[in-house]
Amino acid sequence: MLSFITQRVLKGVIVLLAIVVLNFFLIRLAPGDPAVVMAGEAGASDQVFVKQLREKFGLDKPLPEQLFIYVKGVITLDLGFSFRQQAPVAKLIGERLPATLLLTLTAFAISLMLGVLFGSFAARFAGTFLDTAITVFALIFYAMPIFWVALMGILLFSVTMDWLPSFGYETVGANLTGPGHAVDVAKHLIMPAMTLGLFFMATYTRMTRASMLEVKRLDFVKTARAKGLSDAVIQRRHVLRNALLPVVTLAGVHSGTLIGGAVITETVFAWPGIGRLMYDALLQRDYNLLLGVFVICSAMVLIFNLITDLVYRLVDPRIEFAS
Amino acid sequence: MKQFWKSMLGSPSGIIGLVILLLAVAVALFGPMLFPNSPWRMVQRPFLPPFTLGTVPLGTDALGRDVFAGMIFGARVSLLVGLVSTLVALVVGIPIGAMAGYFGGRVDDALMRFTEFFQTIPSFALAIVLVAILQPSIYSIVTSIALVSWPPVARLVRGEVLSLRTREYVQAAIVTGQSHSWIILREILPNALSPVIVLASLMVATAILLESSLSFLGLGDPNLISWGYMVGAGRTVIRQAWWITVFPGIAILISVLGLNLIGEGLNDALNPRLSREGR
Repeated sequence: MLSFITQRVLKGVIVLLAIVVLNFFLIRLAPGDPAVVMAGEAGASDQVFVKQLREKFGLDKPLPEQLFIYVKGVITLDLGFSFRQQAPVAKLIGERLPATLLLTLTAFAISLMLGVLFGSFAARFAGTFLDTAITVFALIFYAMPIFWVALMGILLFSVTMDWLPSFGYETVGANLTGPGHAVDVAKHLIMPAMTLGLFFMATYTRMTRASMLEVKRLDFVKTARAKGLSDAVIQRRHVLRNALLPVVTLAGVHSGTLIGGAVITETVFAWPGIGRLMYDALLQRDYNLLLGVFVICSAMVLIFNLITDLVYRLVDPRIEFAS
Repeated sequence: MKQFWKSMLGSPSGIIGLVILLLAVAVALFGPMLFPNSPWRMVQRPFLPPFTLGTVPLGTDALGRDVFAGMIFGARVSLLVGLVSTLVALVVGIPIGAMAGYFGGRVDDALMRFTEFFQTIPSFALAIVLVAILQPSIYSIVTSIALVSWPPVARLVRGEVLSLRTREYVQAAIVTGQSHSWIILREILPNALSPVIVLASLMVATAILLESSLSFLGLGDPNLISWGYMVGAGRTVIRQAWWITVFPGIAILISVLGLNLIGEGLNDALNPRLSREGR
């Protein structure tokens, strides 16, 4: 178990380093001389200032040395400086990270629970009206662009029915504390989390259904039935547990898409997370910030993949850790 | 081939998907000729509600531009980007997967590490960064979408080639001294195509969603109208004019749904063994 974890962490670190290197070259691809761009972002572009910037950020040094300085910076969590926001990129991201984690993890939990629930219902009642209804809904949700779902949610629940707030993290100026504050945040969280969760819910529903139908045909299920176990027990203990494996794998594969969806969701709902930060950086062409967010997103995906790998090993009845 | 069409047209998802796709293609090809209203020109007063004037059936946006015209012209961009970026992704992914599966060993290791690396990077975030850096245009959009969507192709093709390689007819071709490229191109790939076709139809759908998301964030080609751009432009006035965001979104939904259904239909028709139970 331990050697497995170290091996995976090591692999993750190597991939992350490669992403950082890729990031370095992406910055160099950005239009214009970085120093001039930075000077422009800072609002002053006279020659002396540009030269100072070049020296300060080592842009007058040869490329390999620059790369070394950059990688060293990222390792010590120095992701550069955002001139637009007048703050270090790492600090800006650090402030926004908790909101994104709250949103993505809530959305993930919702989608996984509902997806597995609906998927197993559909599989249990395969061929009936319930199955068809669930399958059709899953197909439709699967085809809806996240930004449009978000806007339709606002149109329905904020504009028409006035049930839920349409933007932000908390009610501005309400100055709530304690439980009142938590309820306020939860109210703001419902729509973004549901929006982000809906697409993945559809995916997990389809996957769970397909996978359960696959497992149902296997011999050990026949054995269980021959032993006289009840249908509910077979479904839960034998079929679902084995059918969940591909769902867990899918969850790992989808972590990148989840982050991408968060960028859109946070943009529409003005949710103060790193996705919204990425959108702001995009609008202002703040490349340092943009690429900083990109590195952190990649790191988050790697960590998430590592966790799903571990969960996979824990869920899979065939893998024993004792050895 | 006859068998293929029979099972494709025999499943409801295949038929519905085909009808939707044919409609979308027809709109993209002939729509702009039949409805020559330019999507950029002001044709009526701003915020004209839908279903009030026959000439502007779906109303106008904040600048008095025809929403219906935008949807028709937008079909071109969505389908074109979806199709071309998928083709580019296939052109990148198939050779990498084929070489990895055919040569095995170190070549396989190196190519698969490379593929996994690309698969780990959050794709939408990478697409945003690439389009922002290369400047938004139809070329940068197609390039970025292709660049983030080829890894599944490579992995799928590798798996197929890996199993086909051990077949006797391939072994026979090797023994008779055929060149590697001849064996890969003429003997192996034609037999590995059907799962690739299924994947490709789903990739076109994903590419359309990606393009619309990029355009929604303001990263669309500034010279071409697209559905995502229209939704993005209507977003700020959603309280006054719901129709500007609702209709283009429905267009995206229907096209993506159609392509996904075709994917399912193709899957049932081409891989009968894997076809789903309970239908």
